[in-house]
Amino acid sequence: MSDYKHPYRDAEFILNELVGFDQLCADAGLEDINSELADVILTEAGKLGADVLAPLNYIGDTQGATLSPQGVVETPGFSAAYAQYVENGWPSLTAKEEFGGQNLPNVLGTAVNEIWHTANMSFALCPMLTQGAIESLVHHGSDALKENYLPKLVSGEWTGTMNLTEPDAGSDLAAIKARATPEDDHYRITGQKIFITWGDHQMTENIVHLVLARLPDAPAGVKGISLFIVPKFLLDEQGNPAQLNDVSCVSLEHKLGIHGSPTCVMSFGDNGGAVGYIVGEPHQGLSYMFTMMNHARQSVGLQGVAISERSYQLAVQYAKDRLQGTRKDGSRFPIIEFPDVRRMLMQMKASIEAMRGLAYVAAAETDRVHSATDTSQAKHHQDRVDLLTPIVKGWITEVAQELTYLGVQVHGGMGFIEETGAAQHYRDARILTIYEGTTGIQALDLVGRKTLMNKGTVLSALLDEIAQVQQELAASSALQSEARALDTALTAAHDALQWLLDNAEKDASVAGSISVNFMMMMGYVCGGWVMGQSALKAQALLSAGQGDSAFLHSKLITSAFYCDHLLPRATGLLAVIKAGSQSVMSLPNDQF
Amino acid sequence: MKVLVTVKRVIDYNVKVRVKPDNSDVDLANVKMALNPFCEIAVEEAVRLKESGKVSEVVVASIGPKACQEQIRTALALGADRGIHIDTPDMPESLVVAKLLAKVVEAEAPDLVVMGKQSIDGDNNQTGQMLAALLGRPQATFASVVNLEEGKAVVTREVDGGLQTLSLMLPAIVTTDLRLNEPRYASLPNIMKAKKKPLDVTTPESLGVEMTVHTRVLSVEPPAERSGGIQVKSVDELIDKLKNEAKVI
Repeated sequence: MSDYKHPYRDAEFILNELVGFDQLCADAGLEDINSELADVILTEAGKLGADVLAPLNYIGDTQGATLSPQGVVETPGFSAAYAQYVENGWPSLTAKEEFGGQNLPNVLGTAVNEIWHTANMSFALCPMLTQGAIESLVHHGSDALKENYLPKLVSGEWTGTMNLTEPDAGSDLAAIKARATPEDDHYRITGQKIFITWGDHQMTENIVHLVLARLPDAPAGVKGISLFIVPKFLLDEQGNPAQLNDVSCVSLEHKLGIHGSPTCVMSFGDNGGAVGYIVGEPHQGLSYMFTMMNHARQSVGLQGVAISERSYQLAVQYAKDRLQGTRKDGSRFPIIEFPDVRRMLMQMKASIEAMRGLAYVAAAETDRVHSATDTSQAKHHQDRVDLLTPIVKGWITEVAQELTYLGVQVHGGMGFIEETGAAQHYRDARILTIYEGTTGIQALDLVGRKTLMNKGTVLSALLDEIAQVQQELAASSALQSEARALDTALTAAHDALQWLLDNAEKDASVAGSISVNFMMMMGYVCGGWVMGQSALKAQALLSAGQGDSAFLHSKLITSAFYCDHLLPRATGLLAVIKAGSQSVMSLPNDQF
Repeated sequence: MKVLVTVKRVIDYNVKVRVKPDNSDVDLANVKMALNPFCEIAVEEAVRLKESGKVSEVVVASIGPKACQEQIRTALALGADRGIHIDTPDMPESLVVAKLLAKVVEAEAPDLVVMGKQSIDGDNNQTGQMLAALLGRPQATFASVVNLEEGKAVVTREVDGGLQTLSLMLPAIVTTDLRLNEPRYASLPNIMKAKKKPLDVTTPESLGVEMTVHTRVLSVEPPAERSGGIQVKSVDELIDKLKNEAKVI
C-alpha cells in the first residue's frame, strides 16, 4: 500500500528561496500573508491529504466509479472525503473575497493543490475541473451568471466540468458539432461530448457544465464557437437546484488509469435540448478557453510532479525495506545500497525537485502579472507565464512517465503486482501527457506561438536570466561542476533556438519535427535553472548557519546529481534538433 | 462558562527522534514541531463544549519560547477564542509549568481547565495533577468522556481496572486521554481568522513565578539497537541465559 507524507521541507524551501514568497505577498498588497501562514496552511492541508485522501487512492483504483440508473456513482468514500474537503474551506483558497474566497496567491494554491494531487489524483481532478469552470465565469460571465453560479462553485458545494471534446474533435477543437439554438432568454444545447472528467457524480447538489457549442449563424472553424453554462439541475427562483436538465452521462470509459475519476460521455439534448446560458459574447468560446488554458495546463504539469512524488515515496520505502544482498559476514542489506537502485532513486528525487521548483516558479509568475506596477512589467511576467506553461505541462508530464516507470522498476517483480501500489502510479501518470493538450500540442505551442511568433525574444530573455545563475555558480568554488554543466546546457539551448529561427521558415515540417525535442531540451535547462538556484541558496543558508543542515546538504547533492545526470540530456537533444525534418518526413506512408 | 486549555509544543509524532552526540538531550534543531496530540484532544473537547452551548469562551495557553505561538495559533484555528503565551527561554519542568498555569487560572478564573494527560516528549503525566494540587481543586485524569452539568463536571476515566466515573465540583481540572474525541482538521477560513484573534504575551516575572530548576536531565540515550537473537539448545540453557545474561529473572 502507498502512504503519503507531504514533503513540506522542499515545498517551503522553494516558496521561500526560489519564489520569495514574503516579497511576492508584499508586492501584491497582502500584508497578512507570509511564509509563516503558508507553513500552517501547508501543514493542515498535508494532514487532510495524508489522513483522508491518500487512503482512498487505492480504492479509487480498484473500485472506481460506476454508472447506475441514477447516474454516476463515485468511488465509495469519495463523497465523505469531498464533504470534509469542502467543509474545511479548501476549494476557495485562491478565489477573490467578493466571491467568497480567501484571496491567497496562485503559487500558494499550487503548493496546496500539489498535496491533493499527490494524495489522490483521481479525487483531486474534481476540484481541478471546478477551477476551470470558476475561471470561465469570473473572466467572462455576466453579473447574473456570476451571482447564480459562482458562490457555490467557489465554496465547492457545486462542482464544475469542462465539455469541449467530441468524438471527431480532440486536438482539433474547431471541428466540434454541438449546437446551441436560441430560445427566449436562454439556449437549447444538443450534442455529445466525450472524455468529460467528473461529468457526473452524487457528491454535490448540482454540477455546472461549461460547454462549447456552435450558434446557428456561427462562422465556420475556430471563430464560430461559443461557451455556455449548462447546469445539471436548473435553478428555481431562490437559486436552488430544482428541475433536472436535459443532460446526462450515457456511459463511463474503462481506462488505463485514474479509475477513481469518472470519465463520461455526456449527452446534451436527448429530450428536446438542454437549457444553457451563454457565457460572454457569441463566437468567443475558443478565445475564452485560452484565458483558462495557462492555469489548466500548469495544473496538469503539477499533477506530473505529484504522481512522481507519490511513486517516489513508495519506491524509497521499498528500497529501504527490501533485503536482497548478503555480505560476506552473512548479514543482509537493503537494495538502496546497490548503486543502480540508488541511481534510480536519485533520478526520481532530482527530477521531482527540479519539476516542483519550476511548477511553483511558473505559478508565481501569474501572481506577479497581477501585482505588476506598470504595463511593461505586467507584459514581462505574462510573457513568462505564456512561455513556461507549455514547458511546465509538456516537459514535466513526459518526465513523470520516466519517473513512475522507475518507481515500478525499483520494486522489481513486486512492482508489477498491482497490490504493491507502484503500478497504479505508473498507470495514472499515463494520461498526463495526453489531456489538456498532448505533448505534441504543447511543443507546437512552445515553438510556434511562444517562440517563432516573437522571434525568440521571450525565450532569449529567459536564457539570459538563467545565464546569470550560471555566472553565480561559476563564482562559487564549491559549485564549479554545476556551473560547467549549466553552461554547456545553455550553449545547446542557444544553438537550438538559433537553428529554429534560421530553419523554421525554410520547411513547413521543421517546427513540428523538432518541437517535442526542443521542448524537452528547454525543460531540462529550466530544471537546471531551478537546481542551480537551489544549490546557491542552500550554500548561502549553510554558510550563514541557518536552516536544516541535513536538508540543505541533501539539496546540494541532489542539485549535483541533476547537473551530472539530467542536464547533459540537453546536449544530446541538440543533435536531434539540428537533424531537422528530413528523416522524420521522407518515408512514404505505405512504407510504415 | 469559560474553559482554559493548555497546549504544548513538542516534536512531531512522525519524526524519527535523534539524540545529540553528547547525549545531553534530544536533537531538536530544525526538527518538525507540532501540537502535542493529547493537547489537540483537549482543544477539540473545549471547542465541542463551546459548540454545544455550554461554554462561552475557550482560552488557550502555552509556555515556551516565541515559536510556541505557532501552536497557540493552531489552537485558535481549531476554534479557541483567545491565546496566552507565557514567554520562557526554554521549556520548563512540570512543577514550574503547573505554578505558571496556577497564576493564569487565578487571573482568568475558568470553570474548567482541560489539559493533555501527558506530552509525548516528557511522558511525565504529572502537570495536570500538580496544577490541581496547587489550586486545591478536584482533578479527573485520563478522561474518555466529559459532561458538563450545573456546577459540576461528570468525567469517565480510563483506569487500569476499567472505567471510573467521577463527579467533580467546578472549577476543576481534567486531563484528556486518547479516546475522548477525534480532533478536527483546521479549516482554511479558520486558519485565516486565527491570525486576528487576540494573543497576549506575558512572562514568569510578570506572573510572579520563579523559574526554579528542581530536576536536571543528566543524559539521554537512544533505545538499544535491536541485535540478533540466538537459538538455545535446551530449556536449561534458556533459563541460564535469561538469568545470567539478560538478567530478567
